[in-house]
Amino acid sequence: MRNPQLNAAGELQHLLTLEELPAQIIDRILDTAVPFVSIAERDVKKVPLLRGKTVFNLFFENSTRTRTTFEIAAKRLSADVINLNIGVSSTTKGETLLDTIDNLVAMNADMFIVRHGQSGAPHLIAQHLSATRHTHIHVVNAGDGRHGHPTQGLLDLFTIRHYKHDFRRLTVAIVGDVLHSRVARSLIHGLTTLGTPEVRVIGPQTLLPTAVESLGVRVFHDMHDGLAGCDVVVMLRLQSERMKGSLLPSAGEFFKNYGLTVAKLKLAKPDAIVMHPGPMNRGVEIDSAVADGQHSVILPQVTFGIAVRMAVMSILAGN
Amino acid sequence: MKIEISNGRVVDPKQGIDRVATVYIAAGKVAALGAAPAGWHANRVIDATGLVVCPGLIDASARLREPGFEYKATLESEVAAAIAGGVTRLACPPDTDPPLDEPGLVEMLKHRARLLNQAHVYPIGALTVGLKGDTITEMGELMEAGCIAFSHGDAALVDTQVMLRALQYAATFGYRVWLRPQDVHLARGGVAHDGEVATRLGLPAIPACAETIALETIFELVRATGVQVHLARLSTHEGVARVRAAKKAGLPITCDVAIHHVHLCDVDIGWFNAHCHLVPPLRGVRDRAALRAGLADGTIDLICSDHTPVDDDAKQLPFAESEPGATGLELLLPLTLKWAHEDGLPLATALARITSEPARVLGLNAGHLGTGADADVCVFDPDLRWVVAPAALKSQGKNTPFLGLELAGKVRYTLVGGQVVHEA
Amino acid sequence: MTSTALPDAEVALGHLADKMRGGIAHDAKLIGIYSGGAWLAERLSRMLDGEHPVGYIDVSFYRDDYAQKGLRARPETTTLPFGVLGSRIVLVDDVLYTGRSVRAAINELFDYGRPESIELAVLIDRGGRELPIEATYVGARLTVARALSIVLQRRGDGNLELSVEDSESAADA
Repeated sequence: MRNPQLNAAGELQHLLTLEELPAQIIDRILDTAVPFVSIAERDVKKVPLLRGKTVFNLFFENSTRTRTTFEIAAKRLSADVINLNIGVSSTTKGETLLDTIDNLVAMNADMFIVRHGQSGAPHLIAQHLSATRHTHIHVVNAGDGRHGHPTQGLLDLFTIRHYKHDFRRLTVAIVGDVLHSRVARSLIHGLTTLGTPEVRVIGPQTLLPTAVESLGVRVFHDMHDGLAGCDVVVMLRLQSERMKGSLLPSAGEFFKNYGLTVAKLKLAKPDAIVMHPGPMNRGVEIDSAVADGQHSVILPQVTFGIAVRMAVMSILAGN
Repeated sequence: MKIEISNGRVVDPKQGIDRVATVYIAAGKVAALGAAPAGWHANRVIDATGLVVCPGLIDASARLREPGFEYKATLESEVAAAIAGGVTRLACPPDTDPPLDEPGLVEMLKHRARLLNQAHVYPIGALTVGLKGDTITEMGELMEAGCIAFSHGDAALVDTQVMLRALQYAATFGYRVWLRPQDVHLARGGVAHDGEVATRLGLPAIPACAETIALETIFELVRATGVQVHLARLSTHEGVARVRAAKKAGLPITCDVAIHHVHLCDVDIGWFNAHCHLVPPLRGVRDRAALRAGLADGTIDLICSDHTPVDDDAKQLPFAESEPGATGLELLLPLTLKWAHEDGLPLATALARITSEPARVLGLNAGHLGTGADADVCVFDPDLRWVVAPAALKSQGKNTPFLGLELAGKVRYTLVGGQVVHEA
Repeated sequence: MTSTALPDAEVALGHLADKMRGGIAHDAKLIGIYSGGAWLAERLSRMLDGEHPVGYIDVSFYRDDYAQKGLRARPETTTLPFGVLGSRIVLVDDVLYTGRSVRAAINELFDYGRPESIELAVLIDRGGRELPIEATYVGARLTVARALSIVLQRRGDGNLELSVEDSESAADA
């Protein structure tokens, strides 16, 4: 089945998922992000690439952080940015997702940054735009349900590449609630596409999806075994509603088994880096000493995130 | 009216007939097959050369969406779809709005269907009032009004004690009960089969044990009550194995599969195609293979369309928010033929699953072309290819995963009670 | 002196350096436009007397043909190891043609700060201007058909070489 995020010429038309995204497109995005990192360091942080374009931040799920980074990225490309928090607007009055899109298209939208609580929502929008022949409008998935968060995956790959250079030598561990994590899914796809030989997931059975090995990962339930010899440790956020009930008994027990402490980190390689998509729950998935320690690259991830999003938007808008 | 259907390949699974012959119809019944009755003079001759002549199809599950969901479909549109698909008799589940838990609603449905004078409609009554799972319905009244069995549709029947008592009551009077084997708790929130595809797509999932656990519960209740149960919509390979074992152990059970599950599996969801959002969910490749094997060896008694028209708006939503269901009355025949062709099965075996076997399970004297039987006949061209497109479907439901695909098998004539109700 | 014969790159570079010598400010900073201009800026800083720090500029994000052609495959990173504010700058490019790259470079430079002055040094001026931009220092002039591009390459031994190619395969200058 043709990948709906590529156009007929094989170029990126939308960024919906890292699944089946060719390595050369991923590499191009990462390479394009490099100069954007420098631009963030000068006084005038703008380039004129998206001047005159209107970017709509369509957030059906609240997220000030992600929305802000997309807004900054789009503004640094000189785009006009409109933020729509759909929870309080017309959709609660019964307007369907696609009706909302049609209305915004009529307002000359050039790009939709979409975050939605349901897996597949950005795909639906992309397919609708294609069916209604709006080929100049691009969709960026800012997180759909549990399915994917491709820009997060890309900035995680950028971060790993920045510190570790060659994916083909690495052992990467992803720890925590993989079952509900779109961040984990995207990162796993990106890592396997770029040739990472060992990608591990670490967590209790309740938080690992069925047949997760089919994604190309090795499963560990014991964090000590899973961290041994890792070059990169990615800690996933544990959402509060998962912390009790039938998935887990308590945050405390989770931290005991799966929290990243200084002691456990010693099992990884001495130059291992620690990543987290944020926001962190200190003392639940990660100890403050690690989060603020010398292995942590959590703050650079944020900086890289803006550059990577600028790269994605400028490649899309030029196709 | 005397009708002669001449020279077609007559396939009557119940009588074991598969040969070129002529069918003679008079006074709404099959008068003869092969040789003309004495003094025969036809009012109409239908030349069935090159076509297949079989009993009118019997669809064990087709939602007509009335009462209550008229914006999705109406009795008129869906019965028209039925006869266009060669279906002369159909059973409809009770999950309408309001559910079919009152004799008046059942009578109204039967009355309107009679007035249309096209296909026979057999309502399946609600097992509990409002399908709420608390109070059993007046099953006697509902049977008198025209129900042929009782079920809970897709509604949850959580309380096993209520289920036990409902089955005991039905068993007392010899009523049949149809149950969907899906554990409510394990299926809660799930929209796709718990496997690689749901994991990759990040869709909330329903594990296979939701079906097997429900099956075993039902088997135990059948043993306890002696009720005749029909299991509606198997989907897992473990489920097929358990039914096979239970039948071998002598339990009075029958079961069916929806035509979509014979052909599709979870991989077909592709990039969140909501047309593949079905209940039960499309399962894995191994499950599909087991369903086909179960159909071939008779473990699964019949195929139904599970026809469920869904309006466009309800499908143009993110997968988990979309309404499940697919249109199927007009696809039941070509998709059954496709299965037979792919697995190298005799046409009679395949057609049995949509004619004589549903008749047996529904307790109808129909689904065959024996002398004196009601002249419900389907005449179709097995080689005529057509593209599944909204304009080609009479049903108001255009929601099908087969949109855009070309299928072989088109109904040319449908007769109900000796009258031609559809021709193309 | 305009000709239709392709000059030798090293010879043209020599002419360019001669013209720049004594013409550029003593504290001029050289900024080469990737990638041909970058190589030239490096060479010139060694060939000219005095200290002339070198910076590199990638104009991919300031081009005016983004809407038609999209983003160039792998943009380099603009690297200026000195402040632009108040500086006397000599922009260096390999081929001056329509003038659009230079316009983009000037726009980008102004996003770094306000320079005291900008001069332009090019190895080849092939005419065909579409904007009112002229080079201060020119190595050689050349006329070439529109359908062709002039390309500067750097060989393994560091020597520069000019060639002519069909336009589709080379970037617009």
